Amino acid sequence: MTIILTAVITLLVLALIFGAVLGYAAVRFRVEGDPIVDQINALLPQTQCGQCGHPGCKPYAQAIANGEPINKCPPGGEATIQALADLLDVEALPLDGEHGEEKPPTVAYIREAECIGCTKCIQACPVDAILGAAKQMHTVIVDECTGCDLCVEPCPVDCIDMLPLPVTPQNWRWSPPQPAPLTDKMPQRGVA
Amino acid sequence: MMTEFILILLSTILVNNFVLVQFLGLCPFMGVSGKLETALGMSMATTFVLTLASILSYLTYQYILLPFNLEFLRTISFILVIAVVVQFTEMVVHKTSPLLYRVLGIFLPLITTNCAVLGVALLITNRAEQTFLSAATYGFGAALGFSLVLVLFAGLRERIAIADVPMPFRGAAIGMITAGLMSLAFMGFTGLIRI
Amino acid sequence: MSAQIRLWDIHGGIHPAENKSQSTTRGLEQVPLPRQLVLPLLQHIGNHAEPVVQVGDRVLKGQLLASAQGQFSCPVHAPTSGVISAIGPAPYPHVSGLAEPAITLDNDGEDRWTPLDPMADYQSVEPLELLERIAAAGISGLGGAGFPTARKLLSRPEHPIHTLIINGAECEPYITADDMCMRHHAARIIAGIEVLMHILKPARILIGIEDNKPEAISAMRDAAQQCAAQVVAIPTKYPSGGEKQLIQILTGEEIPSGGLPADIGMLCQNIATVLAIHDAVLLGKPLISRIVTLTGAALDRPTNVEALIGTPIRELLAFAGLQPARLHRLVLGGPMMGYTVAAYAPIIKTSNCLLAATLDELPPPPPALPCIRCGLCAEACPAQLLPQQLHWFALGKDYPQLQRQNLFDCIECGACAYVCPSSIPLVQYFRAGKSEIRALERQHTRAEQSRQRFEQRQERLQREAEQRERDRQERAEKAARAKAAREAKAAEDRAAAPAEASDLARVQAGKANTLSPEQKQLKIAAATARMALKKAQKQLAANPDNTDLQAQIPALEQALAEAEQAFEQATSQEGS
Repeated sequence: MTIILTAVITLLVLALIFGAVLGYAAVRFRVEGDPIVDQINALLPQTQCGQCGHPGCKPYAQAIANGEPINKCPPGGEATIQALADLLDVEALPLDGEHGEEKPPTVAYIREAECIGCTKCIQACPVDAILGAAKQMHTVIVDECTGCDLCVEPCPVDCIDMLPLPVTPQNWRWSPPQPAPLTDKMPQRGVA
Repeated sequence: MMTEFILILLSTILVNNFVLVQFLGLCPFMGVSGKLETALGMSMATTFVLTLASILSYLTYQYILLPFNLEFLRTISFILVIAVVVQFTEMVVHKTSPLLYRVLGIFLPLITTNCAVLGVALLITNRAEQTFLSAATYGFGAALGFSLVLVLFAGLRERIAIADVPMPFRGAAIGMITAGLMSLAFMGFTGLIRI
Repeated sequence: MSAQIRLWDIHGGIHPAENKSQSTTRGLEQVPLPRQLVLPLLQHIGNHAEPVVQVGDRVLKGQLLASAQGQFSCPVHAPTSGVISAIGPAPYPHVSGLAEPAITLDNDGEDRWTPLDPMADYQSVEPLELLERIAAAGISGLGGAGFPTARKLLSRPEHPIHTLIINGAECEPYITADDMCMRHHAARIIAGIEVLMHILKPARILIGIEDNKPEAISAMRDAAQQCAAQVVAIPTKYPSGGEKQLIQILTGEEIPSGGLPADIGMLCQNIATVLAIHDAVLLGKPLISRIVTLTGAALDRPTNVEALIGTPIRELLAFAGLQPARLHRLVLGGPMMGYTVAAYAPIIKTSNCLLAATLDELPPPPPALPCIRCGLCAEACPAQLLPQQLHWFALGKDYPQLQRQNLFDCIECGACAYVCPSSIPLVQYFRAGKSEIRALERQHTRAEQSRQRFEQRQERLQREAEQRERDRQERAEKAARAKAAREAKAAEDRAAAPAEASDLARVQAGKANTLSPEQKQLKIAAATARMALKKAQKQLAANPDNTDLQAQIPALEQALAEAEQAFEQATSQEGS
């Protein structure tokens, strides 16, 4: 009988001591916010286009931190999915077609002859890449435009085109050599 | 005195390696070894847990359980100790490296159920002529052996990930085969030290 | 001076067949002036120059056509006199085959110089002024990458240069441009070195020339007898002409990874660049021509020419007797680091060699086999990298690992691909990896900028919304206070004066039956008459000589008097 009592009391005492230690640690090592969200956000392309279903890149980063799939960003494309997969150590899924296709980078272009100066596109642009004011000519600042195409819809005279970014010798990329024909070529190399 | 500790270390790190020779702790071994950075983080966390848990278990056993003739309580009290240490480690990791915390994910609290940790704690109690220092060395050596194997395996897996593996072997298969070959290699140390 | 100094060796390197004798038998020739010249606005790393001329302008030889934009930009000058026929995209000698903005000049055949400003006595001039001259002459590195020279000479004002290295190595097979330049212009090169000595004031000047160029070495040694520069013959090995490799051979020092020679107090300049510096400072001539090697078995007369920048490649090849039937590949540069170009592209400041190769000379590469891990590539690499590992990671697209293996220290010399038994095109993998990593970094920077703009915009909208909210509240409070005040006053009035109500009522009643409709009409008529009179009087005051107005006024006065009288009668009848 005494042995059972001793056992129970010993365990209780141990549990109490350890509980106190943990309680102290919980206060001492409290973590505010979620810094992982910032790291995820840093990998997203910041077009703020909303194609992922969230109103911007930061909300999508938040959602990813809460477990949402990482393959919803068409402007980021394959490269972003891979980078997110590396960061979070999850599998790199192919881009979810439901949210759009990966397109080559584009910038908006306003046909100035047709612009009526209504400022609707200026209000729509998430990065303030359109210069203009009411009843003044509107124009797109090419260096700031992310190609999110949120400005195309609000325009009442439909004078905005999305043009592909020109390839110049300065941003032209070498393509990797074609793999040797002798060995078996699979698109994804072995995973262990 | 010194040789005893070196022998303990050699035994736990190489000869009787807990992962590859005694086959304990295989879950985090296979689960966290995809990338070298993750493996390093996990091995540091496990080292911390193993050493601390084995020391605390030893102390609990020697100074609380034995004097009250409560040896039969060792499994439950060791689990209690390990759980507390793991919880503590989790909080520290979450604070110092949120990325590692996120990447390790569920494997961090699963160190509690890592049979290597409980195994080391229990094996310490089985050893004869146990002192505090030898218990601590045993725990630390076990942790180093685990870390060594985890890091080696992570390095191999990184290379296998971009290698041209034949179709039937892709995925977990080539991982298992590699682990098996590593295990064979480590078993080559058998008989070096009987401890 | 030409005492032999101690030499070091670089790691690796290869000894391909030199093939240099074909193009050195004819000396240095002059090409007839081409009919049209195409001058790209960007001929090096950096920013485009801005045109300062327009289509139709008549220009002289050496006149400024485009001015530099910033420090990483070089101006462009007219290589001959003529008329500007176009400014816009034109063929460009780039591996992508894409066009680049350029100025097209139609030669008028007269070859007239613009007035020049030679400076014989540069010793008394400040180095910074000389650097401005060099920049204004449009000089960029003529050895390979083409970095703007003035910027390079100014790279580390806080770290003095103690060793000046002049690169006459020319290690790549087939190319003999620098060789011929040294043979024929040794005196001018040495004079150019003295200009550099005045600018940089180095403690040591070393001219490195490979020992397969004995004529050039002796010509330079003769010219350098009175100069502090030392002509050093180095063993022939590819790629000892690379900047980092030459510095290592001549001084034994290694440039830190990712660093510049200026970091260890050294500077390297190609001999052709030095010649251009001499011409710019002492003769006042801008950079408008360079020596180009024309070689390859598809040419009947391989030679070296002094060609104007912007000369179409096909004209140079025609001069050297190109046999189109034999031509398999046209390479700009040498067989190791050159690339295929189209014959209608022009030569630019960095074009040192045109290799018109037959099928036997540059056969198509055999198909690549898998890597057998032999390690010959690592033995050959002059930068002491591990091409095997770089290849492995490039296949797996593991960009962080590529950077950790110092991919950006690769000088793309091609020694590894030359020795690979599996014929793997290693340099192509590395170039693709580098451009991919650079593109990712560019994207990342742009994304950061977009993110910042987005967040600033959000803040601005928030601020505006808050401001509107505050204004609205203020207005609401004001309105509420005003209303409260009015009500309080009304209540006060009602409370304080019940006795005045009857007076008020009387006055109101009196006002109500003031005027009948007829009386109102009369009143209006009187008022109208009054207005008309006033208007006429005003107009008269403005135009006193107007006789019509003068006649109108008495009539209006009469009308007013009548209307007023009628009104008086009507109301007086009522009132009494």
